[in-house]
Amino acid sequence: MRLRTPEHMVTFTFDGKPVQGIPGEPVAAALLAHGQKLVARSFKYHRPRGIMSAGSEEQNALVTVGRGAQTEPNVRATILEVSEGLEVFSQNAWPSLKYDMMAVNDLIAPFLGAGFYYKTFMWPKAFWEKLYEPVIRRAAGLGGLSGQTNPDQYEKAFGFCDILIVGAGPAGLMAARTAGRAGADVVLADEDTAMGGRLLREVEEVDGTAGTEWVATVLDELAAMDNVRLMTRTTVTGAYDQGTYAALERVVGKDGPLECFWRIVAKRTILCAGALERPIAFPNNERPGIMMASAVRSYVNRWGVAPGKAVTIFGNNDDAHRTAHDLVAAGVKVAALIDSRDDVEATGDFPIYTGARVVATKGRHALEAITVSHDGGTRDIRTDCLAMSGGWNPTVHLTCHMNGRPAWREDIASFVPTPDSIPGMVAAGACNGTFSTAACLNEGAQVAAEVAGGLGLEPRVTVPAAEDRTYRIMPLWAVPGKGRKWIDFQNDVHVKDIKLAAQENFRSVEHMKRYTTQGMAPDQGKSSNVVALAVLADATGRGIPETGTTTFRPPYVPVPIAAMGAGSQGKGFAPERLTTSHKVTVAQAAPMIEAGLWYRPSYFPKPGETHWRQSCDREVGFVRNAVGVCDVSTLGKIDIQGPDAAALLDFVYANTFSTLKRGKVRYGLMLREDGHVMDDGTTARLGDQHFVMTTTTAAAGLVMRHLEFVLQVLRPDLDARVMSVTEQWAQFAVAGPKARALLNTVLDREITNDDWPFMACGPVGVAGVAGRLFRISFSGEHAYEVAVPARFGESLFRLLVTQAEMLGGGAYGMEALNVLRIEKGFITHAEIHGRTTALDIGMDRMVSLKKDCVGQAASRRPGLLDEDREQLVGLKPVGAVKQLTAGAHLFEQRAEAVRANGQGYVTSVCYSPTLQTNLGLAFLKGGRARHGEVVQMVDHLRGITAQVTVCDPVFFDPDGGRARG
Amino acid sequence: MRLTCPNCGERDRREFYYYGDAIALRRPAPDAVPEAWDDYLHNRKNPAGDTTDLWFHEAGCGAWLVVDRNTVTHAVHGATLAEKAKR
Ligand SMILES: [Zn+2]
Repeated sequence: MRLRTPEHMVTFTFDGKPVQGIPGEPVAAALLAHGQKLVARSFKYHRPRGIMSAGSEEQNALVTVGRGAQTEPNVRATILEVSEGLEVFSQNAWPSLKYDMMAVNDLIAPFLGAGFYYKTFMWPKAFWEKLYEPVIRRAAGLGGLSGQTNPDQYEKAFGFCDILIVGAGPAGLMAARTAGRAGADVVLADEDTAMGGRLLREVEEVDGTAGTEWVATVLDELAAMDNVRLMTRTTVTGAYDQGTYAALERVVGKDGPLECFWRIVAKRTILCAGALERPIAFPNNERPGIMMASAVRSYVNRWGVAPGKAVTIFGNNDDAHRTAHDLVAAGVKVAALIDSRDDVEATGDFPIYTGARVVATKGRHALEAITVSHDGGTRDIRTDCLAMSGGWNPTVHLTCHMNGRPAWREDIASFVPTPDSIPGMVAAGACNGTFSTAACLNEGAQVAAEVAGGLGLEPRVTVPAAEDRTYRIMPLWAVPGKGRKWIDFQNDVHVKDIKLAAQENFRSVEHMKRYTTQGMAPDQGKSSNVVALAVLADATGRGIPETGTTTFRPPYVPVPIAAMGAGSQGKGFAPERLTTSHKVTVAQAAPMIEAGLWYRPSYFPKPGETHWRQSCDREVGFVRNAVGVCDVSTLGKIDIQGPDAAALLDFVYANTFSTLKRGKVRYGLMLREDGHVMDDGTTARLGDQHFVMTTTTAAAGLVMRHLEFVLQVLRPDLDARVMSVTEQWAQFAVAGPKARALLNTVLDREITNDDWPFMACGPVGVAGVAGRLFRISFSGEHAYEVAVPARFGESLFRLLVTQAEMLGGGAYGMEALNVLRIEKGFITHAEIHGRTTALDIGMDRMVSLKKDCVGQAASRRPGLLDEDREQLVGLKPVGAVKQLTAGAHLFEQRAEAVRANGQGYVTSVCYSPTLQTNLGLAFLKGGRARHGEVVQMVDHLRGITAQVTVCDPVFFDPDGGRARG
Repeated sequence: MRLTCPNCGERDRREFYYYGDAIALRRPAPDAVPEAWDDYLHNRKNPAGDTTDLWFHEAGCGAWLVVDRNTVTHAVHGATLAEKAKR
């Protein structure tokens, strides 16, 4: 029922039925106004549940929003804002909220107590996976995910400030005003849709005016300050090292992201997070219609909604009375006020029971009546809403995120933060156990003044007058009686579960938590933990401080992984690096494969070709018989300059580069300091102090980092500088007998074998553009790599491919490139995979002993020189089975193919159209001495066994004459 | 976590590549005994407390840094350029 007539209403749906609501108000308020008491089913027993709170701590009213891929489960109806057309669904019930089949769990509840799963489903083990777990998962649970890709947008952001203020109630507003006026750079974050905290809910005066008016005035002042940033709908969810805080912002607006995940770095932080009201564990204290007293005041005073027609109030502190008076003032009938304390003087035009308890409740889908025990007798009272208040728990959570433990304060029967639990954070107001509005205003201002003073500012403190009542409470945790007394509403834990845990010797609070699942629901026991501790303390005969608390961990409220990972999906996770020839290549329908973040063509299909092998064989033929063109720009290119550039190369390469002549290229082998091969590539000497190194595509970043490491950490004495120029140059391989003929059609000056012999390099003019030419070969053919500034890459690629086609060749892709290099026994990272040495790949003579280099000392370790190590060999099939597979293992011919008999493994395979056979590269124990031997290749994964003969890994043109010709 | 790069100021740890113990600064001579190389390559302390390690400001200025920090309190005491570090 609404207490005020709204100006503007919109329609949303709950389980398909239309409900009217005011835009921006919580869905919970609209449902209460609509008379919808039953909104959810509980996690384990599928008990009917209603709205319990008016904030993010809500345990019961979890709903699902939206449909299809945009479904969002487990949204708290108390913070979900009403908007036109919003689709809200109840969850965890089938076939409907009112007639939930799984409520059968509730009937067998006596058997489902704490530890039930542990005791019952222990044996037989196989049943757990196949039977118990699926059944339990279906029966117990919250909302479900759609299983589809989430199309919603999320965002992440980074913030920096002098002072972060968490919470904008009386203390937070005063802290922000004090710090803001002093000139501090302030972020004030509050999880509510509006700032003001309790002043939005309570009927109180501040500074001689209504609390809400005072809030508006302060917010106006803060909004006008450039140095203050106000963040509503922003929950600070975690405290981390170095003053870093995580925060989740619910973003308003249809087109933007749903949520934004913030990392806020603050020099200092003032925690003004307020307090959460706690329930009382009386019998059947969870029927729809039973809610927190402060929530009742929120709905009545702030949202203008009466949560019931005849409201009863049950409390152990003065807030119960405040609730009763607010209801009367709003015109809502108060059926009874029940105060558990004896020594209170209560007034009001309604029945008052002091020293009384609620001992029973009735009503299947909604509260209908309660039974009050009073003066030794009982009395039934008809009521459709019971407001309960068991006192207040300061919101200490953030102070515990770095191992801090809160301290017990007997006078308020609550835990308060231990100072300095988080470096740089101070608590003020209700979260610090300071409860009256006046005291909160004062503490917020005083703490902010201290903090701002500590930052070298000169703050002034002025505090407005406000209500300053003493908080009087008599602890009341659980009320005896027939029926379950719920503590953790979200995980369905009740008093008896806790007692059972204690009885079965799970007496430590951490053990009790895990045995009963108390506090392990998404709300992390915000409202229930202190009650549970009190019950455990009682059951074990200890005090609450001795019993201790469990650990509060981030996040304070559930954070969608989509928000934390915002920007890291799809291309945000793996950005694309595209070569200059990409567009042309894709236009030719070449399938692209990933090489790190790069995309490279597998092959260039021609009309009539139906299988990749046909294209690949043709492209291999281009290179062997005419000329092929391939984009090799993805290889790392590092420019190295300086007086000690040659000395640097001598130190990072196993072989010597200082002897390399200007205008020449040399193959280099790079070791890790532990003696294994890191990478290989060619390095060209363009000048006395100028080299260009190429790395493999995969190791480009690694080698760059390594060179900087060598220059800065190992050899700061060397005067040289390195710079990645991979992106600056487009580079193309031109390979095949007609390579020079092709190049001479595009170069400004013709080249000959005499002025450009094998391994020559230097500047050239390429169709009028200053470029570089390297006579190097990864195919074994007469070949070059020609480089131009990247902006000319696409046009040069087009030109080269056109000219190649006129000479009977064309473009080739990665498949052909791989075949060409296997035919020649050239290695890639399939062979130098991190466990191979120079000796293993037959390049041990390249490791110069005349100079020190990275990896040289360790490469001489006895274990790395063992002749029985697995060495690089070639393989050819000799039996009936011709197929070779990479990853297959090698065994002696008659040996059983088991691990103990392993002789080696296959690293690379291809079909060689040149030699018309399958070829393999492999590592075989003592392999170089075993050429000619027949071994068996077994691929256990694919079920292939083949007889292969061991041979030299250079299958084609072993004396290398073709490359020099 | 943030590190203060001497070149760039206080920067988020996502800009840095973590290498490991700063023992890397003290590379043995090529002819050092095998035990010295073994210690250099493989043997590491696992301190609960102050530690010194190397970080590379890869997404920043490209400097290798020697960082003093505490593995228990997570306090970062400071960072210096590796090329100027004592060896
Ligand atoms: Zn830097």
